[in-house]
Amino acid sequence: MNKNVKIAVAGGKGGTGKTLVATNLFYVIKEEGKEVELIDCDAEEPNAGLFFNGNLIYHSDVMLKVPEINTSLCVYCGKCKEYCNYNAILMIGFSKYIKVIEELCHGCGACSIACDYSAITKKNRKIGEVNQYQVQDKALLTEARMQVGVYSPVNTVKTALKQNPHPYVQIIDAPPGTSCPFIHSVVHADYVVLVTEPTPFGLSDLKQSIETLKGMKKFYGVVINRVDEPNQEMMQYLQKENIKVLAQIPFDRDIATVYAQGGLIAQHLSAYKKVFTGLLDLIIQEICK
Amino acid sequence: MQVAVISGKGGTGKSSITAALASLSQNIVLVDCDVDASNLYLLFNSTHEEEYAFVGGEKAVIDYNRCTHCGLCMVYCRFDAIVTENGKIKIKEVFCDGCHLCSRICPEKAIAMIEEKNSKYFAGSFRHGKMVYGRLAPGEENTGLLVNKVREKAKQIAKFQRIETILLDGPPGIGCPVMSTITGVDKLLLVTEPSLSGIHDMERMLAVAKHFNIETKIIINKYDLHTELSEQIEQKAKAWDATVIAKIPYEPLFVKAMIQQQSIVEFAPDSPSARIIASIYDTVLLH
Repeated sequence: MNKNVKIAVAGGKGGTGKTLVATNLFYVIKEEGKEVELIDCDAEEPNAGLFFNGNLIYHSDVMLKVPEINTSLCVYCGKCKEYCNYNAILMIGFSKYIKVIEELCHGCGACSIACDYSAITKKNRKIGEVNQYQVQDKALLTEARMQVGVYSPVNTVKTALKQNPHPYVQIIDAPPGTSCPFIHSVVHADYVVLVTEPTPFGLSDLKQSIETLKGMKKFYGVVINRVDEPNQEMMQYLQKENIKVLAQIPFDRDIATVYAQGGLIAQHLSAYKKVFTGLLDLIIQEICK
Repeated sequence: MQVAVISGKGGTGKSSITAALASLSQNIVLVDCDVDASNLYLLFNSTHEEEYAFVGGEKAVIDYNRCTHCGLCMVYCRFDAIVTENGKIKIKEVFCDGCHLCSRICPEKAIAMIEEKNSKYFAGSFRHGKMVYGRLAPGEENTGLLVNKVREKAKQIAKFQRIETILLDGPPGIGCPVMSTITGVDKLLLVTEPSLSGIHDMERMLAVAKHFNIETKIIINKYDLHTELSEQIEQKAKAWDATVIAKIPYEPLFVKAMIQQQSIVEFAPDSPSARIIASIYDTVLLH
């Protein structure tokens, strides 16, 4: 396989099995002795790290530059408040009261450009962290972890993805939904694996993910998880849209049990190893097309 | 009374349990706050009575008749949204945060801000009352503002129809949309599962709930998948001043019910899970 291949694992609905697929794919590549990196971009609830024992080899805090107002220089003109598009500056002019609401600040810097009196300086606010673990000789796990109470995981996700511009196969575990954090996680991917489940909820969210990826001109395929009886409507939709089904994972209580304990099904349930090596082969074929 | 159902982790069974709670009521306002992947309207096949456009953010757009490609906007943008391609300035729409700074500082006044109006929210009826839900357009930032709009609409309907209970189905995660879902609610129901991921995510969610100082009750779904981890959940819950009020077994009927567009209470009212949910309804929504 070419190096520098980026495979994102996504799926609109929460809990369809994104992390199951991402961690097991990472496992089978790692076991083949190939260089691989798993990046957990579900920064609100990062879980991939629970499945591997690695040594922490890198840690950095993700900082946002937020304004600090020097009240001895401030003339309470209100221009910074006017420039702020996020309502993060509270000012009551006649009481000479001004305050930055850091939780609302997006760190755009508009207020400091607005200020004609040099009353605004920058300070760093921690909004997340990036941790990198050595799982095996050639296998790395990078985790984006948002601070509790922060409004958005996007900056932390972006920092984690920027962390490693090195020649590894990258598996990106994307967050649920199709909004900003999802887009930022898949924007640089060569291929997107959409994990869904054969239910009306799964299909509805899958359609939304596919429409989004079409708009982004991405290549993608589908993994159907927890297959008990096939969902005719889903199969018809996928056929009509000419979307490849890369793998189907059965509805199996053993999978849930292994997963619950932080285990990998490709390792502990021998039957499933083939599912993931097969999935990997298909993804590579699709990328090389 | 407003009760929000949340989980931290996705796929713990939050929406299935919310749907079951809603179908135990004769008249409830059910609100799907997962505007990024709303599903409850599908389950209940709700009617479409009101539809509203929601203006989310704004995006910068360059007027190339004016742009001199001086690159000043690129220097100021903190979101890496402005790049040059062959000496030409370009805005990468996906990265634009809508802060207005580029349009303010452009010496040629070549950058305009365009509103994003593709998101919507809806109100209608379903077989157990009224339903409100939102649909965030793909790629838009889920700031929680759409969740606020959906909740305002729900409150209005509850007041007008004299409905006492508003039940909110929250989004996964712990970010802004979750905070918007739980702000000002009376009770939180946290649905978790006995897995390392479930416990990890529950604790992060409990930290958020504690910050908001809201009474939190925990439901362990699929508790029998791993009884030791279920015990761990009970211990961890205590440390956060939260109580485990119910344990639901691993139940494939939830999926079968969903495929029939029913909640488990409607599909299999005599199943053990449906009975447990009925007791949750009595302790949380009736008191």
